[in-house]
Amino acid sequence: MAQTTPTAPVGETPAGPPLPAPRSARFGGLRRIWAAIREARGVPRFMLWTGAVISALFVILALFGPLIAPYGFDTYQSGGTRFPKQGAPDGDHWFGTTVQSLDVLSRTVYGARTALEVMVLAVVFSLVIGVLLGLLSGYFGGWLDRILVLVMDALFAFPYLLLAIVAGFVFAGIAGGSIITAALSITVVYIPQYFRVVRASALSAREATFVEAARAMGAKPSVVIRKYLFGNVIQSVPVITTMNAADAIATLAGLGFLGLGIQPTDAAEWGYDLSRAIDDVNAGMWWTCLYPGLAMIIAILGFTLLGEGLNDVLNPTMRRRRISKVLLPAHTRRRTVDATEGTAAE
Amino acid sequence: MLTKPDVKPSGEGAGDSAEALVEVADLEVHFGLRGSLLGRFGGKAAGAVKAVDGVNLTLRKGEVLGLVGESGSGKTTLGRTLIGLNKATGGSIRYRGQEISGLGERALRPLRRKLQMVFQDPHASLNPAMDIRTAVGHPLRIHGLVDSEQEYDARVTDALERVGLTPPERYLGKFPADLSGGQKQRAVLARAIIAEPELLVADEPISMLDMSVRAKILQLMLDLKRDLDLTYVYVTHDLASAKFFCDTIAIMYLGRIVEYGPTEQVFADPQHPYTKALLAAIPEPDPRLAVERELPRGEIPDAAAPPLGCAFHPRCPVAVAECGWEARDLRALLERRWLDLPPETSAAEKALLGNFDEPAAPGLGTVSIAPGRSHTAEDVLEYLRRLREEASASDPREPFWRGVVSMHAESGRAVVEFAPPRDPRLDLIPKTGVQVACHLHQHAASAQGT
Repeated sequence: MAQTTPTAPVGETPAGPPLPAPRSARFGGLRRIWAAIREARGVPRFMLWTGAVISALFVILALFGPLIAPYGFDTYQSGGTRFPKQGAPDGDHWFGTTVQSLDVLSRTVYGARTALEVMVLAVVFSLVIGVLLGLLSGYFGGWLDRILVLVMDALFAFPYLLLAIVAGFVFAGIAGGSIITAALSITVVYIPQYFRVVRASALSAREATFVEAARAMGAKPSVVIRKYLFGNVIQSVPVITTMNAADAIATLAGLGFLGLGIQPTDAAEWGYDLSRAIDDVNAGMWWTCLYPGLAMIIAILGFTLLGEGLNDVLNPTMRRRRISKVLLPAHTRRRTVDATEGTAAE
Repeated sequence: MLTKPDVKPSGEGAGDSAEALVEVADLEVHFGLRGSLLGRFGGKAAGAVKAVDGVNLTLRKGEVLGLVGESGSGKTTLGRTLIGLNKATGGSIRYRGQEISGLGERALRPLRRKLQMVFQDPHASLNPAMDIRTAVGHPLRIHGLVDSEQEYDARVTDALERVGLTPPERYLGKFPADLSGGQKQRAVLARAIIAEPELLVADEPISMLDMSVRAKILQLMLDLKRDLDLTYVYVTHDLASAKFFCDTIAIMYLGRIVEYGPTEQVFADPQHPYTKALLAAIPEPDPRLAVERELPRGEIPDAAAPPLGCAFHPRCPVAVAECGWEARDLRALLERRWLDLPPETSAAEKALLGNFDEPAAPGLGTVSIAPGRSHTAEDVLEYLRRLREEASASDPREPFWRGVVSMHAESGRAVVEFAPPRDPRLDLIPKTGVQVACHLHQHAASAQGT
């Protein structure tokens, strides 16, 4: 949408009223994204803002978890008295306790913390690696491109959970069952998505005249990639990032449910809690599985809404521009041509 | 109408005394073609497009050289190759005595400061995600030419002022999308001159601009040349602007230079038939002065299989025997004829000839045509002779028949033999300083010599 500012004359003389002061030069792409978000109307606007609010609540819950949760995630006693075993929700334990006497509310809140940590790490890892590889592959082409595309397509061909499980096994052997391990195994699943999107836009941007012009200026490939390709390629990434964030929570829970990923002694994890709660369901204890499951669903819903909303707003093929009505200020005075008539009559 | 401004006093650099900045000798740029699907898998090249095919020129300091030609004539490729954006596949380019045609990307990078390029599309040649301050000054950063931010800002401001983007402060924070086409091209020019280049290749710099802005940009380029001691290679298909802008002009056709000389001389007395045709194609604003145009017939031929001899001969009204007539031309001639005739007649004539695919192949000096069913080779020969008779009677004489040496029957087929082709060389026409690659003039030159 390369519209010329109407105040800039088509000719050469730069006359006319001064344009609005140029905003921060560094974030030209983000500026456009923000403008599109503010313009959003209707369902996309609803999805975007609902998703944003839920996601923000999730992040706040995770960041301030230790302040919000009444107990620690692995606390089973308080003041020397052990918590009730499989206790129903009551005044002391709002969400009840588990078979190990752990407080469900605390575990759910701490689970948000774990989910956020893994999500952020996984997204950052896959973003950095995927974007970097995509840029290199798209810009240089040749054998590097072929090999990378082959590897990424092979990764794509696996069911994502299976891939995460295999990667989880591999990394667990190296780094143990920590948060990093879980994040890395999820990273492997998402790298191909970033790689593909970034490579495709880098391929088309590479042929653009301004890249050629940069080459003609004498810019090194690293400079061309950083200054000319990156800014134009990165705009397709935010949407994938939010979608992946939602997906990462589900994948993490899937790993935890299968008993892979994070060790239960390291952190509270919703998927692990769910798997422990299966037997409770048969015994009629609904609280051990309801709250972690609900937390998971709400978190995923929030990020998915945010991602879909962003996609609707930012994706030019899905975006519809609205024509807004121009509201003119009401007439206050009639303009008169004849000076002798005096001031205007109403 | 554009008039040539009075730049001669400062432009005596175009004279012989000035040093040669760039010398090009036998430059060839061939692009490999990937043919069939199988060839693609195997990575095998199926022939090559000779985008530039044996070009010689000398660019003197301060000169404005115009490369003029139709689309596909190789003018842009030549311009890009001059500054190392395309790889030369043969020949040499010497910049200040230094051979640059074989240099790799890395070795070229320091030279890029001195050899700059302005692209055709100003809307695409600025990074949309980069503001003008960063974009225009980027060459300074790339080549490490400034030490401090103050110096950087001063030079960017200076460059913007030079190209007429004033006041510069208004433009520093703008993004390309905020500028008009002319302003963008000015910004591109500012970026091109900021590192103090010597040679600027301008690839149709005004063709994407509004008419009202074109002359201004050209005048700006001339001013910049005067102030900064630049040398230009101006690539264009627009002869009117070339006449306004260039000291020397090289007319290109299918990868070769067909005429090369001082602009006034070329415009006043065009030597090559192609140049004549191009000049005739310039629109005449006064309808009363408009003359009958003899535009070259047909399209520019396929560069992957160029005609033998002089590449222009299939479209040339005055071609002679040795211009390189070949079997393809016979086929083209007959097809043109059949298009004009009523369908019944052309069907009857088509039936005379048997399989007519063979003469479609390029580069055949002899062709044997099988007669159609219930016809003999004599019938075919009779038919061709009749065509020849008709052609010699018609007014603009069909030059094709000049290239036919003999037609005879051989083992039941009609054989047409063409004169051996000869490549025209660029020959200097004495006194005028114009070089032209045309057999007509080589005849004249050799006749004068003996």
